[in-house]
Formats: sequence, structure tokens, C-alpha cells
Amino acid sequence: MATTMAKALNTALGDALAADERVVVFGEDVGQLGGVFRITDGLQARFGENRCFDTPLAEAGIVGFAVGLAMSGLRPVVEMQFDAFAYPAFEQIASHVAKLRNRTRGALSVPIVIRVPYAGGIGGVEHHCDSSEAYYAHTPGLKVVTPATVQDAYSLLREAIEDPDPVVFMEPKKLYFASADAELPARTEPFGRAVVRRPGRDATLVAYGPAVPVALEAAEAAREEGWDLEVVDVRTIVPFDDATITASVRRTGRCVVIQEAPGFAGVGAEIAARVQERCFHALHAPVLRVAGLDIPYPAPMLEHTHLPGVDRVLDAVARLQWDDQPDPRWSMQGSAA
Amino acid sequence: MTTTPQAVRRASPRTRRAATPPDPARPLLPDAEPVRLLDESGTPLPARTDYPEPPVEALRELYRRMVLGRRFDTQATALTKQGRLAVYPSSRGQEACQVAAVLAVRDTDWVFPTYRESMALVARGIDPVEVLTLLRGDWHCGYDPTEVRTAPQCTPLATQCVHAAGLAHGEAYQGRDTVALAFIGDGATSEGDFHEGINFAAVFKAPVVYFVQNNRYAISVPLSRQTAAPSLAYKGVGYGVPSEQVDGNDPVAVLAVLTRAVAHARAGNGPYLVEAHTYRMEPHTNADDATRYRDGAEVDAWRDRDPVTRLETYLRARGVLDDAAVADVAEQAEAYAADLRTRMNEQPTVDPLSLFDHVYAEPTPQLVEQREQVRAELAAARDEEGDA
Repeated sequence: MATTMAKALNTALGDALAADERVVVFGEDVGQLGGVFRITDGLQARFGENRCFDTPLAEAGIVGFAVGLAMSGLRPVVEMQFDAFAYPAFEQIASHVAKLRNRTRGALSVPIVIRVPYAGGIGGVEHHCDSSEAYYAHTPGLKVVTPATVQDAYSLLREAIEDPDPVVFMEPKKLYFASADAELPARTEPFGRAVVRRPGRDATLVAYGPAVPVALEAAEAAREEGWDLEVVDVRTIVPFDDATITASVRRTGRCVVIQEAPGFAGVGAEIAARVQERCFHALHAPVLRVAGLDIPYPAPMLEHTHLPGVDRVLDAVARLQWDDQPDPRWSMQGSAA
Repeated sequence: MTTTPQAVRRASPRTRRAATPPDPARPLLPDAEPVRLLDESGTPLPARTDYPEPPVEALRELYRRMVLGRRFDTQATALTKQGRLAVYPSSRGQEACQVAAVLAVRDTDWVFPTYRESMALVARGIDPVEVLTLLRGDWHCGYDPTEVRTAPQCTPLATQCVHAAGLAHGEAYQGRDTVALAFIGDGATSEGDFHEGINFAAVFKAPVVYFVQNNRYAISVPLSRQTAAPSLAYKGVGYGVPSEQVDGNDPVAVLAVLTRAVAHARAGNGPYLVEAHTYRMEPHTNADDATRYRDGAEVDAWRDRDPVTRLETYLRARGVLDDAAVADVAEQAEAYAADLRTRMNEQPTVDPLSLFDHVYAEPTPQLVEQREQVRAELAAARDEEGDA
């Protein structure tokens, strides 16, 4: 039956609240309104104001409050209204959420979920479209998860709430209202497992979150060029699944990593480095990245200049040295030097 | 056009006065002067019905733990000079605050200390070696917070204020009457998390006592650069939180005021803010040079308000503390310090591989690889030592 990612997330929250009375859901506008994206729609009416509630408008407060609630034995699920609005909470996340287990040798854990609607493609104005996953992924102690399918949205969120560690759950806004045939509840592969969304022989496209549909579309379009592309969905940035990605690239010999965030020092750079370290002798071409530009998010009239789209992905695939010729982009730079 | 309220007031000042409702902020405001039950020499001031004096047994125990606390503090400073501690932020001069605060709460309550609360933690009964673990250079907080109901000493300023609100709300939500006591310094009241914490606690009516030790300096920056408020206790009213200020070097008053604040919170009335006016006799840490920002005369003036001497004078005058009891406490303090010295002089064992144990409940594959790499490096280093 056709379901949206937004509905799957809502169902997952409802099922988690029903399954475990320690679960509490809170944030800005998540109560009566049901959240600005309606992800918590109906939860307050169903579970009461003690289980799903609005807080003062203060993100550090929301996350810090969740730390205290977790210390008392609860399992808080908090919503950051938008990616860039989570920045006030960063100190709480980096200094406490990520480290409390370690600082107390496991005596205190912080089993909280921080939901972050993120990335662009929805015509949002400034400060509403950041891809902030790298900040979290760079912080030891956090798990960082981002679904690209309706089933994963449900399953990964349930798993995040059950996980003993803090999870930053990055929800691609542009996929909220894309629908797919999905029976819920659904359980998919666990944390730490990347999934081959489309098998192919000639090259591997590695993507996560909002870039996964782009990769799948590019793979479909590449058939006309005669390329049979494999698409791997990372799903959980932390913990990261080297094994599945490495196995894919060793089969295909070529790899393009796609992300919406600015490319410099991003998650895609980490993935490209890991693939290169592990697959060097299987590679027929350098690992390429297709990423957002290294600019502040240009919302909304020019966002399509910024976002990695199918054409940019296909351009990168075309540069994978199919004729064993060096990539002209890099050789030009070399001759200039 | 309708008449504006301003126009009405201008036209009819008498009506305005008659219609003025009671000021809802007034009951939240602190006393204009810090609460005091002893004067600076230790002589009792007139009794106050709003702050009854604590029982004499509590005051004797307060004295005992203050003496032990000061001896602990002196010993920790000495250990730092000997290189046994990486750093130590002393709370000498703040003994009344450090000890009275933990005596005002129950063992089942939760305490949220900052890095300057080592003395408070030993007064709470936590093993001093465990308290000094972080300052000794190890990677964890030393004690089990769930066992001693005390959060790790918090270095990121004011962040613990929000944890205390969450913990207190979570405990109440689960039907327990736990109170959270959050320590904070004067400088940290400028941080956003202080305001978010006290606001969350107020909105959720969480049983938290926010206890500001105003020791007048944030490292070198004086209070006048932190706030234009009449005093820090006035920061409560904006959040609807009742507040009080107290002479932080009057141990009897600090215990009396905090006892009332804790009772207020436990009774379900929400948070309470207490500001104690005190002074940090030592530099910020051993790495600081306080002569660069305050003069000796100021320090000397505060030495005359010493909280330990003040309480001793009072208890002796009341006839509930004599030479023998003072000597006994001094002896306990020396034994305590000697034990600490001995144990701190033992080289602690640290296992590099333990660095991977608690990053996650289960290590990621990447951490498993890195652990193996470090294990191999350690084994190779041992082999080299063996060869040499």
C-alpha cells in the first residue's frame, strides 16, 4: 500500500511510544500541531501531554533536557525543527550526548534520538536546507543514520529508539512526501549495513539520504550510454559499512560517491578515501565525488545549480577512464603547474 | 478612536493607583541584602522565622566536613605542585557553600557539580581519589554517577543546568521525589544554558535548586563584566523562579537557605535559585596568576570573613564545640589528607586499550580495527623493551 516517508516516521514514533513507556517525544511544535512537517501528527492526542509535548524554543535546552531525562531512565526522542536550527544544541551534542557513556565508563548512557530534518530540494529559504551530517559523523560517540526509503525510515527510526547509544537521525526533507508501496511495520537491515539498491557491473555509485534517488535515476539514465551501474545506499554513516561498499567496488572497479553536502571535508571525502585505501588494486579509475558546491546553501531560486543532479553524476561516470585515458580535468591542472 | 491606557493614566492618576494589582514579581525576588544568620565574627544575628537555624547536630557535622574539605583542598593543591595532578581548581574560601549544599540534599537526590566542586563531592562522601581522577589525567570521571547520584564534574559551562532540569523532570515523571541540585559559578550565569536550564525547569515545574556560587571572578573577569543585574539572584524573576541571596561565607545561613530551597522544590513548587556571595581565595587553578587581576588587600579582607573560623567561633560560643572536639576534627582531617597523599602517590595504572571500551555500547567495526592497531603497537613496544 502506498505510504510516504513522513507517514512511516509517524507510524514508527507511534509504535515506539506504544511499545515502551519510557519513550517520550518532544521539541518545538511537535505537540498539538504535530510538527511543522507533521511527523508527530496525532501523537499527543493518542499518548497524552506527558509523552509527546512542546518545549520552550531553545535547542540546547531541548537536547540538554533529553540528557537529563535519559539519566533518569527515559528514552527521549527530540525533534530539531530544521537542520540549521540544531546548531545551538551542538555543544550539548558534542560535549555531553556523545561523551557521557565514555566519561562514566558506561555507567550512564544517553539512549536519545535527535531527529534532524535536513538537506534541500524543497525550495526552502536560508538556514532551512543545510546538510549537516558531517558535523555529527565527525563526533565519536554518536551514531548517524539517514534513510532513503519508506521502509528504512520506519525500521531505522525504531532501531534508533531501541539503540543504547545516541543517534542523530537525519531525515531528508525532500523525501518526506515521496511515496512507495510499503507494508508497515517493516524491519529492514540493521545499523551498520549498507544495501545494494540496484545491482550493476560497470561502476558503483555510493550515496545516502537525499542523494540515493538521484543515484538510482542516474543509473537508469546511464543504461542509454551503455553503462550498467550499481547503487549502494549507505543508510548508516556511523556505524559505517566498509564491507558492503568495498565488495561492490572490487566487483565493478569504479566508484562515484554522491552527497548533497558541500564536498570539502565531507562524508563523501571519507568514503572516497576508505574505498581508495581498500580497493586500490581493483580500481580502474580514481574514485570521484559528486557533491554540493562549497558555498552557503543557495535557497531557493538557484538551489538546482548547487544540488548534485543526474547530469553531474553522469558526467562523473563519463570521467571514469573507460578508454584508459587520464582524466583531462586533473591532467590540465598538472600541466599548468 | 478609543482612549489609550496611557491617556487614562494621565487623566486619572488616582484611579490608576487604586486599580494596581499586587505585583506578581515581588514574591519571587530575593532579599535586598544577602541573608545572614552570623555576622563576620561569628556572632549570631537576630533569628529569622523564614530561615530557622538548622539543628545543632547538623551544624557540628557541617563544621567537621568543612574542616575536612579545606584539608582536602590544601592537599590537592600540594599534589598539583608535586605534579600528581594535571590541574586543580581550588575552592578554598568557599567551604560553607561546598559543604552546606551537599548537606542540604539527600543521598537519593542528584547533584550536578562543576569542576570547582571537588570539595563538595568529597563532602558528599565520594572517595577523594575517585573525585580527582580526571584532574589526575585519566579519561573518565572516576566515580559511578548512578551509585553516588552525582553527575560527572562538568567543564562545559552551565550545560549541567539543563541536565538537572531534565533529570528532575524525569524523576518526577516516574513518581520519585528526587531533587536535583545544580552548582554553577558567577561567570557561567552569562551562558545560554543557564537561562535555558532554569527556564525549562520553571516551565516543567521541575524540582531543581540552582546554586550560584558568586566568587566574584570568572578566572580574571570581575562580576561587573558579567552582569548589570543588582545581583545574580535577580536572574530568577524573569523565569518565574523564586530566588534568594545569601552570605556565602556564613555557613549557618547557607545551610538554612538551601534547606528551604530544597524543601520548596521537593514539595512540587518547581525550581529555586540561590546566589551565595563568596570569594575564591586561591587563583582559578594552579596555572593562573591572580595577582594580575586582584590586589592583596581585597584577598585579605575576605580572609577576615573566613567561613570555617566563623562557624567554629559560633559553635564554641554556643558551647557545642570545645577544644577536644576541634582537635578531634583536625586529627580526622590530617588522617584523611595522609591517606589521600599515600594513595595519590601510587602510580595509577592506565590501560590504553580501555580507551575503546565505552565510546559505544558495542564498538563499531572501525573502532575494532583501531583497537587492534593500538594493541599491536603496544605489543611491539613491549617486545622492543624486552630486547633492550
